[in-house]
This record gives sequence, C-alpha cells and structure tokens, in this order.
Amino acid sequence: MVVTDHDALIAQQIPRLRRYARALTGDRAAADDLVQDTLERALSRFHLWRRGSDLRAWLFTIMHNIYVNQVRSLARHRNEALETEPDAEMPRGRDPDWLELRDLAGALARVPDEQRTVLLLVGLEQFTYDEAARILDIPIGTVMSRLSRGRERLRVLLGSETPVTSLKVVK
Amino acid sequence: MSGAPVTVADLHAYVDGLLPPSRAAEVEAYLAEHPEEAARVAAYRDQVQGLSREFNAVLDEPVPERLRGVTRRRPLARYAVVVGWIALGGVIGWQVHAYSTSRQAETASWARRAAVAHVVYSPEVRHPVEVGADQEAHLVAWLSKRLGTPLKVPGLGSLGYTLVGGRLLPGERGPVAQFMYQDGKGQRLTLYVRVNADESRETAFRFAQENSIGVFYWLDHKLGYALSGEIEKGELLRVANAIYKQLNP
Repeated sequence: MVVTDHDALIAQQIPRLRRYARALTGDRAAADDLVQDTLERALSRFHLWRRGSDLRAWLFTIMHNIYVNQVRSLARHRNEALETEPDAEMPRGRDPDWLELRDLAGALARVPDEQRTVLLLVGLEQFTYDEAARILDIPIGTVMSRLSRGRERLRVLLGSETPVTSLKVVK
Repeated sequence: MSGAPVTVADLHAYVDGLLPPSRAAEVEAYLAEHPEEAARVAAYRDQVQGLSREFNAVLDEPVPERLRGVTRRRPLARYAVVVGWIALGGVIGWQVHAYSTSRQAETASWARRAAVAHVVYSPEVRHPVEVGADQEAHLVAWLSKRLGTPLKVPGLGSLGYTLVGGRLLPGERGPVAQFMYQDGKGQRLTLYVRVNADESRETAFRFAQENSIGVFYWLDHKLGYALSGEIEKGELLRVANAIYKQLNP
C-alpha cells in the first residue's frame, strides 16, 4: 500500500528531525511540537514531494518554514535578540552569567536564530552549503556569511575571544 | 602555495570537509603559517564536534508516541484529500442540497467541520474518544455542561450501532461534541453536535458528500446535528432518521 510506504519513509527521518529541532529550540517539548507540525504538514502534502529527490532536505525545508512562522509571530516580543551584534551585549570577564555561557547549548541559544539555523544544518546535520541554501531559500553567499558570523559569535560566547576580522568573507 | 588567497569561506569549508583535497592542502599550508587563524579553525572544529556530542543522544531516544502516531493515522490518503479540499474552499465534490444563501453556506461549513472531525478521529485505534461509553452518564453530563445545554445520546442499538464514546472539539463559535458509534464490523459513524446561533431554526435533512464520506446534517432549534459515515447513503439516512425521532419523541 502506497500510504504505508509514505509513512515508513517519513517515520525513518523522525530521529534526525528531533535532534535538529531540539538543538534549534533548546526545549524538548517545543522541539517535539515542531516535529509534530512538520510531520503533519509533510503527510498532508506528500504528493508535492518529488520522488527521488532528497526526502530529508524536503522535511527540513518544511520544518524551517514552520519554525520561521513561529519565530515571526514571537518576534514582536523578542525583537532585540534577533540581530544584535556580539559587542553590544557580550558579557566580558567576570560577569556571573559568563560561566553558564560556556556550555554549548546555552551559548547556542544566544546566537541569533538565522545564524543558529545555518550552524545546525551544516555542523550538526551535515548538509552542504548548497543544500542549506535550498532548504532556507537564501543565496549561498548568505549561508556563508551567516555561518561565518554564527561560528564567530559562538566562539566568542564559548571562549571569550575577540572577534577576528582580518580575512575577507568572500574572494 | 600556488592557489588563490585563503578566504573565510575556505576556512569554513575546510572545517566542514567540503574542500577538494588540493585546496585543503593549500589551506593547511596557510594555517601552518598563521597560528591565529589556525586557532580559529580549531575552535570551529570543536564547535562542530561539540554539537554532535551535545545532541546525538536525541537520535537514540525512543520516539514519543505522539510523533509515531502521526505517521500511523489511518486512512491517510483520505485525510490528505479532505485537508486539501478544505484548503481549496470546499467547493469541489460537495453537493449541498440547499439554496446558495450565506446562511446556508455557513451551514455547509459546519457540516464540513463535522466531516473533517469524522475523518480525523474515526480511524483512531487507541484513542478514538476522550470518554468511553462505559462512562456514558459522565460523558453526557460533561458535554452538556461544556455546550451549555442538555444533550442526549441517541441509542442506535436497534440499527446495529453501539456507542464508542465521545469527545469535545472546538467549533466555529465554541465547543462542539462528537459522539462515535460502531457496528459489529468496526464501521464507524460520528454524530457532531453544535449549539446553533439561531434557536428558532429547524431544517430538513441536507446531504453532503466527499469521496466516500457522507454527511447528513440538520438544525433542530437549539442544536445542530451532523451525522458522518462511510456507509451507503440510504443507510446513513436511516440512521439519521432514527436519531431525529429519538431526539423528538
């Protein structure tokens, strides 16, 4: 039965969708809600998946779209956290928050959403830059600059490094 | 070093293993001469490894039932069809025996909700209802309280259908009730009950159909009823009549 086939194909991807969602949201229940929404939307639109194309990338695309809509609806409340440059709010030296930030999950939560998304698609899920660009529907140059800013931000958060900007981002 | 100057993009691609070997060798040579950049690359590499260390455990967790359930809902194809059809505005496939006034359009939209509720819940194996027929008195009291008016659960035993139970659902204007019945072969019918905005109205049975799901719906003063099932139209009408008679003795 074709339906069973769809279900099994999609069900295989659940653990990886959960891993990504957990890292993205930092919260178990919120992550599983996101996965559930993703699965429901994917199943209702399964006819739109091009057989033979990468199912995992397709599912991540759906998840990303749902996540972006959720973030957008919350953006009013936390606008300031989305695109703040490190220097503006970075605790330095002996700030009591500082120790907590050394933990990776905590630091990740302080990276702006759009950078964290790229960090995770590339670093955790091992998508190529090209695949990440297609999932996020952005140019590959934007993937590179977000990756670059995200990793640098994370490095600063984790290691109290001064951002290094001696190299050009693109050739 | 014969290649192009090393860029930040090269450093990331090096960390991510996405450089061709010749270019990777050039980056390595560059890093050997630039300890500050080498430290940065090492930090990025630690991040990537850290992400796996931190989150790979999720892969080994048992998948929660609510997620496994999503890919097991039956019958899926029909569910997808109905959802798609709602999205399209629900025109195609419906033969609503009614005048096309806005009032009747509204009526059709709640009958459609009833059909969707039928499609969503009737295939459930483990959780078809919130309160089972074994607690019928509690079920009726609870749903009556939530709908704000006394409800009656029609008995359909003489037609071969026994009550499975019921649940509370969100309707267009407030809570609605769904009662589920099944026959000896597991064929299920659902009766969707809502509170009408206009208590004075009473209508004849109307019929709507999408693929295999038929819905008879009618307004009976305070309450509106929609009976959905995948049975032959004549039999569905027989059940609808029996319900109407029991509610209006």
